[in-house]
Amino acid sequence: MAEAEENNKTLNELADKEYKYGFYTDIELDTAPKGLSEDIIRFISAKKNEPDFMLEFRLKAYRHWLTLKEPEWAHVNYQKIDYQDVIYYAAPKKQPKYESIDEVDPELLETFAKLGIPLDEQKVLAGVAVDAVIDSVSVKTTFQSTLAEKGIIFCSFSEAVQNHPELIKEYMGSVVPYTDNYFAALNSAVFTDGSFCYIPKGVRCPLELSTYFRINAANTGQFERTLIVAEEGSYVSYMEGCTAPIRDENQLHAAIVEIISHKDAEVKYSTVQNWWPGNKDGKGGVYNFVTKRGICKGENSKISWTQVETGSAVTWKYPSVVLMGDNSSGEFYSVAVTNNYQQADTGTKMIHLGKNTKSTIISKGISAGFSNNSYRGLVKTTKNAINARNFSQCDSLLLGDKCGAHTFPYIEVGNKSSIVEHEATTSKISEDQLFYCLQRGIDMGSAIGLIVNGYAKDVLSKLPMEFAVEAQKLLSISLEGSVG
Amino acid sequence: MKELLIDLYNKNSELINNGSPLFVKELREKALEVFKQNGLPNTKTENWRQSDIQSRLEHEFAFNFVNQSKSLDVVDIFTCDVYDLDTFSVTMLNGWFVYQNAPITQLPDGTIIGSLSKAMEVYPEIIEKYLGKAADINKTGVTALNTAFMQDGLFVHVPDNVEVEKPIQIINIVDLKENTFLQPRHLIVVGKNSKLTVVHCDHSLVHNISFSNTVAEIFLEENSKYEHYKVQNMGKNSSLLTNLFIKQKEGSSLVTNALTLNGAFTKNYVDVGINGKNCNSELYGLYLVDSAQHVDNQVFVDHAEAESTSNQLYKGILDDESRAVFSGKVMVRKDSQKTQAYQNNKNILLTDDAKVFTQPHLEIYADDVKCSHGATVGQLDPNAMFYLHSRGLCEKTARQLLMYAFASEVVNAISIPALKESIDNMVQKRLRGELSICDQCLLHCNDRESPVFDIDLNKI
Repeated sequence: MAEAEENNKTLNELADKEYKYGFYTDIELDTAPKGLSEDIIRFISAKKNEPDFMLEFRLKAYRHWLTLKEPEWAHVNYQKIDYQDVIYYAAPKKQPKYESIDEVDPELLETFAKLGIPLDEQKVLAGVAVDAVIDSVSVKTTFQSTLAEKGIIFCSFSEAVQNHPELIKEYMGSVVPYTDNYFAALNSAVFTDGSFCYIPKGVRCPLELSTYFRINAANTGQFERTLIVAEEGSYVSYMEGCTAPIRDENQLHAAIVEIISHKDAEVKYSTVQNWWPGNKDGKGGVYNFVTKRGICKGENSKISWTQVETGSAVTWKYPSVVLMGDNSSGEFYSVAVTNNYQQADTGTKMIHLGKNTKSTIISKGISAGFSNNSYRGLVKTTKNAINARNFSQCDSLLLGDKCGAHTFPYIEVGNKSSIVEHEATTSKISEDQLFYCLQRGIDMGSAIGLIVNGYAKDVLSKLPMEFAVEAQKLLSISLEGSVG
Repeated sequence: MKELLIDLYNKNSELINNGSPLFVKELREKALEVFKQNGLPNTKTENWRQSDIQSRLEHEFAFNFVNQSKSLDVVDIFTCDVYDLDTFSVTMLNGWFVYQNAPITQLPDGTIIGSLSKAMEVYPEIIEKYLGKAADINKTGVTALNTAFMQDGLFVHVPDNVEVEKPIQIINIVDLKENTFLQPRHLIVVGKNSKLTVVHCDHSLVHNISFSNTVAEIFLEENSKYEHYKVQNMGKNSSLLTNLFIKQKEGSSLVTNALTLNGAFTKNYVDVGINGKNCNSELYGLYLVDSAQHVDNQVFVDHAEAESTSNQLYKGILDDESRAVFSGKVMVRKDSQKTQAYQNNKNILLTDDAKVFTQPHLEIYADDVKCSHGATVGQLDPNAMFYLHSRGLCEKTARQLLMYAFASEVVNAISIPALKESIDNMVQKRLRGELSICDQCLLHCNDRESPVFDIDLNKI
């Protein structure tokens, strides 16, 4: 009994813990009126000074979106979004091209400081190039010149539209067409900014590229669009991380990430997602409806997704790989943590089209409180995908008896030489492990943190160094003491 | 098709409801209302995406609303002479119970076996207590459809504390000149501490197009034991939907085994509701399909109470352009602590044109549970093949031997020795490609003939 009380106490303490990154920066915004219409889309396009093909693309997407219905198949429940009650464009008003860091709005810099973004000179040594996005417009980009020497283009999406329209025209929508799904169509119509990354032939990107997304203004939907193109024989490791301030109304985040990996190229995409999950009564929080997909276009190409999902009230996210080139490979490593009333429906799709293609899926779900955590994944090998190989492992850990852990794999095999294996287990924290830690003098909270970190180690070890540290902290914050 | 079926019910409602108690009529009409709303599942319905029944229904079908088989002597149609398998056999002809000697038989131990339509008249209180209580009409359109049209089928009631020694064998025969649409409905109740085994064989004598939509409701009272074997060996024009709804009470144990050896289109749905502690459910399935055959096994195990165990093992070998679907779902409800649930689906593909779709799903709302699932799709193990080659076995025999070994995990789970032996024999023949559709069912294939393999299995 005493132990149970102790556990409850730890749990309550944890639940009461305030969201660590909850603060709000007041910057004058240049916002569009609420609502969505062709006029708003024209407004966004004009505001961003876009070429005609972009406007056409947006309008086509919008018209297609009007014909679609919001999907309901995911294992999540949320109050339907009123798309007319969202502001689709908000940009910081002061928008000059900064020559030096002193010119940047100090309030903004403070925000970054709180987040610990390595934007100043010292941080250069950390070896991270940051394209920081606050409310949809890129404000500051570092390392441009280092990267430019190698011929690498790493800039905001809107800059890329202005400076490299031919690349945007060629690749935008080629992996995730605007017809793909409801949220992809919405994003294609109204996206405001994002990142663009192009690695030329044979170049190995010397830095870990990273972008911090942050939702900042109230009632602003964040519609990011990321496009990464890796030419033949190139390599890039790309990191994306997010935190969001406390808000009472639900905020919508519908992003698109597209990756194109050509012959012999490798792209590694890592995400730490820590949007505001809502308070402990399930009020508020970010809706995270993201479409992420990569295509291994050439032979021997590789795409690897690693994600640590601890935030958002509702997550709907399936980073996928289309394995088109022969001998190409796809990887998906995921840790998804849900607490309180969070809901996550996440997983991956591995579509094997080429010969000797390989894919690996490692997914670790951890649910606590009243949350629901689902893995949903598809592995498909077509008739021509000779000798395709897949291994999937999806484990779920339950902390507490009010939460749910679900596994929904879909496997389709269409030839005789493919080998597809899927295994999954669901259990709670082993009492033996917990007992061992306790009898070595480790308190309950730390013991659970330790065991959970060990459980997720397969995935965490795939993250770049800087992220791995942050991710481990996040896991501990989200989970310690959640009762075994 | 939906409108046609509703129209058909309205036109024939007097025939369908003739002689039925009022509550059955009400149940039918309620089901019809649900069917009007939901209709038949199509390829957009989850769990039916890969199994398109609409195209199987694009034919003219004959419906039989009056029992014309009552007076037939079943011996004239065929006799069942399974070697060593001593069963209490009942025959369903074109969806109707064949009376043979009497419509309802009561065994000395109190077990009632007979026609459901007759039982509605004779034992209305038992029927009212159970009929429609397990088969949820809201769950699938086909269940609502069956409930609206249900007229006859097998009724078994085993009283408390009775172990029925002989298995009951249902032989479901289709023998009509026209294309036939059947909707048999079975109701089986196993009393407290009782035991029953049912062997259900589907069988077609003619090669006409037939569509059969069976619903069976099975109630297992406290500490009862029940085994259900389903052997399917249907013709290339037959479509077979079987929906098994089982409700388990505390301490009961269940074994189901679906053996699909032939059949153009087969969908087996097993729905197990575990409503008591210490229940045990073992669900097995084996499918050996070739040509353009399609087999779909859908399983739903609902752990609504704590401390129970369930285990699913489904295995299949696919040849030619065949298709196999497995969609298993384990639901562990809140507070169903100490549940153990396992789920396994293994497939071997022999050609590039065959396709497997497998969806082993887990939905868990309790924390102190042990649940796992696995699914594999692959080929025969090359190392094992090499070993057998090195022992002097030719390619063909080695392949057959490995496939046989793969299948035998499910076959060995059969607890009736005579049935196991005959199924074993059928599997061997099937793998050699000898078990054609004319060589049907259990009935003709257990002649104690020369061994099927070129080698003596006993020496391995």
